Amino acid sequence: MTEPAPTPGPWTFATVESVRPENAHVATLRLRVPDRRAHLPGQHYIVRLTAEDGYSASRSYSVASPPEDAGVVELTVDRLPAGEVSPYLTEDVVAGDEVEVRGPVGGYFVWRGESPLLLVAGGSGVAPVMAMLRSRRLSHPDVPVRLLFSVRAPEELIFATELGPETTVVYTRRTPPAATRPAGRITADDVAAVAFDDGPAYVCGSTGFVEAAATLLAQQGYDRSRIKLERYGSSGS
Amino acid sequence: MRASRGFTGRRRGGEPGRLPPGQYDVGSGWPVLTAELTPRLDLDSWSITVNGRVEKPMTWTWKEVQQLAPDRFSGDIHCVTTWSKLDTSFAGISVDTLLAEARPTPEATFAVATSSTGYTTNLPLADITGGKAWIVWEHEGRPLPVEHGGPVRMIVPHLYFWKSAKWIETITLLDHDEPGFWEVRGYHDRGDPWREQRYQGD
Ligand SMILES: Cc1cc2nc3c(=O)[nH]c(=O)nc-3n(C[C@H](O)[C@H](O)[C@H](O)COP(=O)(O)OP(=O)(O)OC[C@H]3O[C@@H](n4cnc5c(N)ncnc54)[C@H](O)[C@@H]3O)c2cc1C
Repeated sequence: MTEPAPTPGPWTFATVESVRPENAHVATLRLRVPDRRAHLPGQHYIVRLTAEDGYSASRSYSVASPPEDAGVVELTVDRLPAGEVSPYLTEDVVAGDEVEVRGPVGGYFVWRGESPLLLVAGGSGVAPVMAMLRSRRLSHPDVPVRLLFSVRAPEELIFATELGPETTVVYTRRTPPAATRPAGRITADDVAAVAFDDGPAYVCGSTGFVEAAATLLAQQGYDRSRIKLERYGSSGS
Repeated sequence: MRASRGFTGRRRGGEPGRLPPGQYDVGSGWPVLTAELTPRLDLDSWSITVNGRVEKPMTWTWKEVQQLAPDRFSGDIHCVTTWSKLDTSFAGISVDTLLAEARPTPEATFAVATSSTGYTTNLPLADITGGKAWIVWEHEGRPLPVEHGGPVRMIVPHLYFWKSAKWIETITLLDHDEPGFWEVRGYHDRGDPWREQRYQGD
């Protein structure tokens, strides 16, 4: 190893500066983390909720903000029906609340400036790749980047106002009126249109999406060592 | 302790003491969190090797492994991402069976398990001997699904599940601890869920 094992900071209480809706079921929490340890784009935090009787639940959330954004960490959370933690974070938390967090965590799905940069995201899986896109814009503007972003329908977009010409959106269920590509899951053609000859690909989203997209990338000539995956771990039985 | 305003919790699991600290019961689900593309192993060319600090490095083919004494595990598994899966079962062989033939030398104190993908994880030898670790190909009576490490993986259920290398191919015994894929990236060298050994330094 060329660098020491990164260790997350201790559990700490972050103050919620704002809660920003991204779409009908996704919200971004902007947290001020005391003694924040700088993260690498792609890393995540753990959020721990504690009930009055001491019962606690923790889940992982990718940092969507870039490390350049000093002192704060933004988490973009998708509310899952009947979930334990995500509905609380997206519906109950308000500015001024304190939320217990620990991080940053994870040293594999991270971007350190490798070029060119291919990002592939499904739904809320766009969070960690957004940290990469944002960090690239601020610190590595010369790195060629493409984002292939799969969402169900136009109103499901996240970070819509920040997406530029680097982004290709794939609509899986319903397209905007002017779209030429019919609605449908990500295909080999979608991937071929964004693939680079070298450099890494970061793929994030639900387990099924990640496996499908990574398989297409492999068929497109990305060898295993170029493909980094982050699965949000939807529980298939 | 500071409570989160209004949070009550929905996944309070079963009997007290059954779940390690910070874990929740995922029920019948089984999340997949592999960081790599799922490989497709061909059992005709698959084999498992035990090497390193052993008297007799050994390799078994799929057919040969099938002929070893069958063994099974029933119980709970715990993932560092905080889900636990209770009362689940796996069938295959005990790692003890392989080690009995390869015979660890006295200096052997640690092991590294390596997958066909190159994934590695380190384990104290004491954590994979004495009926604590298995090489398995069945889950709850069915062939182990590929996304869960099938056709054949290792399981070390008393440690966090990243220690249970999917698509296992090699167990190398060492005289020192050699951090693996996640361990060099901040995760704990031992990973005991009951002590919440999630990250380096825990
Ligand atoms: C490294 C990593 C990074 C992540 N980053 C993000 C991120 O940036 N944004 C994001 O939104 N998510 C992210 N996730 C996913 C996140 O950690 C949670 O898994 C997600 O928010 C769901 O948690 P929850 O408590 O709301 O739902 P859970 O309570 O965990 O439930 C998940 C789903 O399963 C169902 N379910 C669970 N248990 C049962 C049961 N016993 N019976 C019936 N149904 C059940 C629920 O109804 C729900 O729909 C990430 C995950 C990982 C591993």
